[in-house]
Amino acid sequence: MATRITVDPVTRIEGHLRIDCEVDNGKVTNAWSSGQMWRGIELILQGRDPRDAWVFTQRICGVCTTVHAIVSVRAVENALQLEVPVNAQYIRNMIVAAHAVHDHIVHFYHLSALDWVDVVSALQADPAATAKLASTLSDWPRNTVQELTAVKKRLQKLVESGQLGIFANGYWGHPAMKLPPEVNLLAAAHYLQALEYQRTANQIVSILGSKTPHIQNLAVGGVANPINLDSQSTLTLERLFHIKSLIDEIGDFVKQVYLPDIAAVGAFYADWTQYGAGVMNYLCVPEMPLDTIGNEFELPGGYITDGDLSTFQPISSFQDAFFEQGVAESSKHAWYEGSASLHPYEGETVPQYTDFEDDGKYSWVKAPTFNGQRAQVGPLANVLCMAAAGHEPTKRYLDTVINTASSLAGTQIPLSALHSTIGRHAARAVRCAVYYESLQNQWQLLMDNIGRGDYETFNRPTFMKGEQRGFGFHEAPRGTLSHWVVIRDGKIANYQAVVPSTWNAGPRDEADELGPYEASLLDNPIADPERPLEVIRTVHSFDPCLACAIHMVDGRQQEIIRVKAL
Amino acid sequence: MTSDKGRCPVLVLGMGNILLEDEGLGIRALEILRRDFEMPGGVELLDGGTTGMGLLDDISGRDHLLVLDAVQTGEPPGTLVVMRGDEVPVYFGIRVTPHQLGLADVLATLELSDEQPGSVSVLGMVPFSLEMALELSGPVRSRMGELVNLAVQELSDLGYAPRRKA
Repeated sequence: MATRITVDPVTRIEGHLRIDCEVDNGKVTNAWSSGQMWRGIELILQGRDPRDAWVFTQRICGVCTTVHAIVSVRAVENALQLEVPVNAQYIRNMIVAAHAVHDHIVHFYHLSALDWVDVVSALQADPAATAKLASTLSDWPRNTVQELTAVKKRLQKLVESGQLGIFANGYWGHPAMKLPPEVNLLAAAHYLQALEYQRTANQIVSILGSKTPHIQNLAVGGVANPINLDSQSTLTLERLFHIKSLIDEIGDFVKQVYLPDIAAVGAFYADWTQYGAGVMNYLCVPEMPLDTIGNEFELPGGYITDGDLSTFQPISSFQDAFFEQGVAESSKHAWYEGSASLHPYEGETVPQYTDFEDDGKYSWVKAPTFNGQRAQVGPLANVLCMAAAGHEPTKRYLDTVINTASSLAGTQIPLSALHSTIGRHAARAVRCAVYYESLQNQWQLLMDNIGRGDYETFNRPTFMKGEQRGFGFHEAPRGTLSHWVVIRDGKIANYQAVVPSTWNAGPRDEADELGPYEASLLDNPIADPERPLEVIRTVHSFDPCLACAIHMVDGRQQEIIRVKAL
Repeated sequence: MTSDKGRCPVLVLGMGNILLEDEGLGIRALEILRRDFEMPGGVELLDGGTTGMGLLDDISGRDHLLVLDAVQTGEPPGTLVVMRGDEVPVYFGIRVTPHQLGLADVLATLELSDEQPGSVSVLGMVPFSLEMALELSGPVRSRMGELVNLAVQELSDLGYAPRRKA
């Protein structure tokens, strides 16, 4: 019998997302992704000074404050054709990298691991056997019988108190949970340790950004971090070496814990490499600019069609016409007026609410396309494109994860296994390691440049009469983010943000093609429609974050699942 | 640009989204406190926006956490809200922001490492309008002075009396 499952809201994400699935014979046969909040940041920015835009855009979302700030100054600089001192690029790049490391660790361990890890089952684990198993995975010094015993006791206390706290509302004992108790205990221990390391990564953002959660050091034209090796109120050698010590603290966790953990989860859930592929056109942009204008980058970006790495087309500069001309958004199935795909410079944000109409409008998120095609963005797109471009560190970490998972599974796992729900998690871990390495590189580049006596961090912008258009992009933790600005006589005339979750969570497009979330849910198995853990797994694998895609206000905290016979 | 977090025993945390009119009233109250009052040593003021896990480090290990926020209690807009002790968990169930990864998760997470604040109080107001706008609505704006006075009183009761700037 066919049924329809509605999950509204999906929890452990930022923002309000509703997912509908039709299920027949234990499989998803149709799906709808609906953003339940309206966004109007574009309207607030009209008429304002372009130099202030980043201060407002970083308030769009509570998770992605930093990324919306950085991409906003890039967009305005692009419109003004303003160059940025390389020191400012390096400092921004370090913020970008440290934020990415923090964000990926939090997403895997704290927001999505509980889809795969059964904390209650960990109580059955033998700490000695767990430590032995862990020693086959990595040399991480904290996988000791002593620490694992302490973690088990802590979990025991939580479960006995009846107050699971942060672990409440999990799918404990669900038939799709497959990890042995020892792996569950190991993962629970790393969940707790991850709390420490994500904090350390965040401290780097905090020092460079002058403050968190909202960084204050940005400026159109550079950064407001004066470099003066002798003055205590500026970026001194002491602070730079303190940052270095923080960077050093997190490296082993990323390489000896996160990477092997993801390989182990992938090996135990090898069946999940068959589900969740969805849209296999992959888009990402280059990141970590190394020159003043953005023609040279440490990390490559581009576009892959149909999951075929040989089709890779590079996106190579902040002025890239292939990217600038390729992006459009359709409102045919979104609650806005009009239906034609519009370029962001021409973008409109005029609400037109209808009810949830399966074949009509059903979401506050628009449907973006790249050269007329739906595209998936995020760590998987990023890692596949960097690998296609021949980026050595990406290929190295990708090999590490695939080889470890293959040896645990006892069979060679092909690269094509990445086009899947579990593949998105694996790619996120690989990206975390790549960005960690980049964080080290950018620190060194900054030190070397300062050593050459270059202390410049800011070029003053000048505004011209008439109209300028510009776009800025940033490869954010959830994927390609772009801001588009039209400036008229020194004021903002139009502003559009095309965010990662718009690419992935968008509804059907002008040609009625399914968006990445929707397409990825097709054929997912559903063991129990009342507890659709499988739907949650695939949706969480994208790391949804919809506060920026949209806005609305709703006090509900519990995941509500409705099942209706069709 | 040093971070001095974790050193002050009292954290006053403004929460909310300033882009959504009254959603940002906690941040606006914090701004008034910063502008009009001299804080004694031991009190840190922080604009938390709508962030969640990013605040873990800022909140950890405090003696007292004082949250300023818009709170939807069902009472008329502009009603002042005070919650302490056992009432605080109720606040998390009725937060007006859509942010799932809110303060509740941060506090629950800090409990795992025994770093939760010694005590928590929430001072706020029922919002009137949550449209896209930077300014507060009239009904809320007219009572902001009272909300700020409540915060000053709360800090004084904790033994950290702020002094009004001349």
